[in-house]
Amino acid sequence: MIGSLIQVSYFAAAVLFILGLKRMSSPLTARGGIVWAGVGMLVATIVTFLWPGMHNYGLMILAIAVGGGAAWYTGKRVGMTDMPQMIAIYNGMGGGAAAAIAAVELLKGGIHTTSFQALAVIGALIGSVAFSGSMVAFAKLQGLMRKSLVFTGQQLINLLIFGAALGCGWLIIGADQPGVVVLLLFYVFVLLFGIVMTLPIGGADMPVVISLYNALTGLAVAFEGFVLGNAAMIIAGTVVGSAGTLLTQLMAKAMNRSLSNVLFSGFGAAGGQADEAVEGSMREVDANDAAIMMSYAEKVIIVPGYGMAVAQAQHKIWELTELLEERGVQVKFAIHPVAGRMPGHMNVLLAEAGVPYDKIFDLEEINAEFPQAEVALVIGANDVVNPAARTNPDSPIYGMPILDVDKAKNAIVVKRGQGTGFSGIENQLFFLENTRMLYGDGQKVASELIAAVKQL
Amino acid sequence: MIEGFTALYIFMLAAFTGYEVISRVPVILHTPLMSGSNFVHGIVLVGAMVAMGHAGTVGEQIIGFIGVMLAAGNAVGGYVVTERMLEMFKSSKGSR
Repeated sequence: MIGSLIQVSYFAAAVLFILGLKRMSSPLTARGGIVWAGVGMLVATIVTFLWPGMHNYGLMILAIAVGGGAAWYTGKRVGMTDMPQMIAIYNGMGGGAAAAIAAVELLKGGIHTTSFQALAVIGALIGSVAFSGSMVAFAKLQGLMRKSLVFTGQQLINLLIFGAALGCGWLIIGADQPGVVVLLLFYVFVLLFGIVMTLPIGGADMPVVISLYNALTGLAVAFEGFVLGNAAMIIAGTVVGSAGTLLTQLMAKAMNRSLSNVLFSGFGAAGGQADEAVEGSMREVDANDAAIMMSYAEKVIIVPGYGMAVAQAQHKIWELTELLEERGVQVKFAIHPVAGRMPGHMNVLLAEAGVPYDKIFDLEEINAEFPQAEVALVIGANDVVNPAARTNPDSPIYGMPILDVDKAKNAIVVKRGQGTGFSGIENQLFFLENTRMLYGDGQKVASELIAAVKQL
Repeated sequence: MIEGFTALYIFMLAAFTGYEVISRVPVILHTPLMSGSNFVHGIVLVGAMVAMGHAGTVGEQIIGFIGVMLAAGNAVGGYVVTERMLEMFKSSKGSR
């Protein structure tokens, strides 16, 4: 009786997860989608307490309270700009949990067939890599780890560590009752591999990596689901594994990077080597002149980047937009697929500031309009507007689709200082004839622009 | 236990389902959707609870405890963050 109640609940949870994800893939129903999935999770968790023959209930509830409480607290407090690294952390925790399940099951020696042992070990490997890799990804995006570690022979060392992990895994799969030492060594090696694999990847590529680890965690959960004979884990894990893989590919495509390129080339760190000396000089403009240029324009396109979000300038920018529109200027927002830290991240940030959807345009929709725009205002974006991606085959970002800001009649670039962007590549746009630099913190500059427009 | 070809069939069908569900998602929803799928694999909590519930030795209990704790973090954190992001989509739709 209880057994079938549990099975029915797990089945219902699996259905709710799939329907929830389906709803989340359309803006109109997205809000309801997460609630549906949440109900599924709640039901599945509650009936699991009824699983026959279980003990350790007190500790179990304590563990849920500690882990869930900490995640609740941090999740409620984190700023929208820091979302990507929080997703990385929560995802890594899931991978770690899958690895822990494998460890418990292997220690108990309760897995009798070789194929299930193999599934447990592979799941543990994938889950551990997702765990330690996600922690490195978090550290990088959070700014705790500024430099990417790249040295010669790195790939060989990584390969050796991976080989050692596989060797230990092989010993575990073969044994009736795997030894504690081998098991321990296995986990040390796989966790280490996750770290060394992520270390050389540059910050700009992190979104793709986080998405990949998300897919990997799903797969690890599915494998441990097979080991435990738990259909809800198998289905939910596999669905996330394949959906996550597709998402990863979409993201990599938007950045014009292949997945293997992201994982093995160490781009974010080494970029800029292929730089050619950029000719010309940067020309400055002050806020008053910039305000005049925009106020008397017919059409202004605003290109926001992560820098705008860091400066918390999105609300001011929206205020500026409303002022310009009162004066009859047509204002549009142009969003690069990887603006922000992840595809869609900038849309979330603009939505937070209250910018309506119909003012926000994708790269394909807006690029043809730049030549008609009197002013393109770039705020906090850099690599995604670098014409080198179109013109210079030696540039590390060559071939990446960019927003054609250089084709606008005038470009105003709001920037904190003269340094290079996230990827470390010099931006040719800044040196063009029709580009003006407006130095300063995004929030401060936006306030100055608002004040200047009001005085006109 | 779900074994052999039954397991393979489930795996294959679920994989196609995941692919189909995501295939026509607009770019603006990529981040929330990644976060949402991150929440869905929080179902690992169920497995971690079962593993911990049957743990015998102290060592197994400790690992089980860590597993449940991490899994609960995945599920709760994933939900809170996704919900907060999608909340904004609702409000901006109203202002249109």
